[in-house]
Amino acid sequence: MNRKLLPLLMTAGVLVALFLAASWMYPGFGTARVIANLFSDNATLGVVAIGMTFVILSGGIDLSVGSVVALTTVLIATLVGQHHWHPVAAIALALLLGTAFGWAQGGLIQRYELPAFLVTLGGMFLARGLAFVVNMESVGIHHRFYTAAQEFALPLGEKAALSSTAMLFLALFVLGLFVAHLTVFGRNIYALGGSADSARLMGLPVARTRPAVYAVSGFCSALAGVGATLYTGSGNPAMGVGLELDAIAAVVIGGTLLTGGVGYLAGTLLGVLIFGTIQSALIFDGRLNSWWLRIAIGTLLLAFILLQRVLTRSRPR
Amino acid sequence: MSDPLAKVKGWFTGGGLLWPVLSLAALLAFNLVFQPSFFRVTVQDGHLYGTLVDVLNQGSKVMLLALGMTLVIGTGGVDLSVGSVMAITGALAALLVTTTAWPFVAVLAVCLLAGAALGAWNGLLVTRLRIQPIIATLILMVVGRGIAMLITGGQIVTFEQPAFVFFGNGHFLGLPFTITIVALVFAATALLTRRTAIGLFIEAAGDNETASRFCGAPVRLVKVLVYAFSGVCAALAGLIATANIKAADSSRVGELMELDAIFAVLVGGTALTGGRFTLVGSIVGALLIQTLTTTMYNLGMPPAIAPVPKAVVILLACLLQSPAFRAQIGGLFSRRTAAR
Repeated sequence: MNRKLLPLLMTAGVLVALFLAASWMYPGFGTARVIANLFSDNATLGVVAIGMTFVILSGGIDLSVGSVVALTTVLIATLVGQHHWHPVAAIALALLLGTAFGWAQGGLIQRYELPAFLVTLGGMFLARGLAFVVNMESVGIHHRFYTAAQEFALPLGEKAALSSTAMLFLALFVLGLFVAHLTVFGRNIYALGGSADSARLMGLPVARTRPAVYAVSGFCSALAGVGATLYTGSGNPAMGVGLELDAIAAVVIGGTLLTGGVGYLAGTLLGVLIFGTIQSALIFDGRLNSWWLRIAIGTLLLAFILLQRVLTRSRPR
Repeated sequence: MSDPLAKVKGWFTGGGLLWPVLSLAALLAFNLVFQPSFFRVTVQDGHLYGTLVDVLNQGSKVMLLALGMTLVIGTGGVDLSVGSVMAITGALAALLVTTTAWPFVAVLAVCLLAGAALGAWNGLLVTRLRIQPIIATLILMVVGRGIAMLITGGQIVTFEQPAFVFFGNGHFLGLPFTITIVALVFAATALLTRRTAIGLFIEAAGDNETASRFCGAPVRLVKVLVYAFSGVCAALAGLIATANIKAADSSRVGELMELDAIFAVLVGGTALTGGRFTLVGSIVGALLIQTLTTTMYNLGMPPAIAPVPKAVVILLACLLQSPAFRAQIGGLFSRRTAAR
């Protein structure tokens, strides 16, 4: 068996075990409805995590995602709610801005050989501040287009339905799988993360790939923001604080190596679902408080990092 | 180097202190012109009051964190967990103060030990398990706030113990007591790193870990100690932050402070790659952030927008440290002179 698939299988095992345990403990947990809600409740995290997977695969990190989500939601809400733009135009502008923001960060990292950690840290402060410049408060979105988009859902059986945000998440996931595994760009990202020097010596377009990777992450963050406006029906400049950490945790739990070059987008999906399952279980329980989520995620994070260490150490040379 | 002038010159050219000091001076000059009240210091009940004193008082937490962070970054690492350690120790202190009759000194000792233990855990993950510092400390960052919530039971624990309140709000020698704490920690750190071999070991570990180990430097021990020290600094900052509001607010205390601390160290001229560090620079960096924040508040800018100028400064500091950027700027100048 392919050794690289082992972490992925472990993650899948943890997810199945968690879900079965929760279904056994809480009546009504193991239903299609809960599963469908896992996707819509965690769409924002999932979409961000998909972008983060590409960045981490390329050997970088993007701390700005949570702030870009907040900036996007408040921008769309303000344009639609107070300046009477059509939502489609507002969404298009937000996606464009998010992509440009990511691309600019990647450009700085590539052009001036700056640490990704610091540049995106700056980006995080900048986007958060700009979100509050756009609007100091949470803004509701009331528009026929939005109501229609929110009500649009794919029925799954009698009581469950896949919401529009969940469909957005799944559609992006399929697109991400295609880009990562079936395009030249995807292969360049893996090569860049494996070894930037080797990639350059092989003649791969490193100087173009790195900014593009951050642009992908910026686009995903903006798309996650669009999903969040659909999910909450509003824009909030304080949204998504700490989202970058959850996204990184989901990617790592999904088996992607933080050193870059090794990992699968499918693992990230599993990581996000683990996150969602724990959260849902805590809500079903009602006695346990939300801080147990943080402790559980941290413990899983440690367990998976230790597993990765064991696997990379025993890899035959 | 006995010539004091040459030594001062060396600070600027060698340690890279020029930019942070110049930026701080520029910011102060701006305040001198646009809001002279910034410099007004009044004496009331034998205590000094004024914006400058506020800057020092408010900046004490970031200065403490930055001192610990400087040494961690000096070894080529980074500590993201300081904000969470602040929350944990703040919660622990509030719990001990409200549920036991311990004297504050005992509470302080327990909290500092807890900070050291949490830091040592980070250090062990980095040295024994060879996990990247960002990730190793990320674990505690994620879990830490949960642990703090667990300690306080999710409640905001308030307290009135005079000694603990004094720790964050008291006055000593006419100045806020927090300034004394920072001065003591700074003096101890400077003595330990510049008068003993520890500083050399830290820089050696950050510069070339393998070579240092072959030379017999106790690289792993030094790294664990450095993370533990960062934990102790975070514990002190956490106690100050908790005493400031006389309550342990586990979800808010130290939020995003790790980023401010990293920012202070970086702006102060310590490179993230490790191998060299400047404690004075980090203090100047921390004061620069605090002055920037205070200036903006005084100008009536909403606190929520404060991150924007912070981001601009951080990106500029990054660029100024980048060899590629320096070469480009240098290229501009040489082309101009060549054209002449």
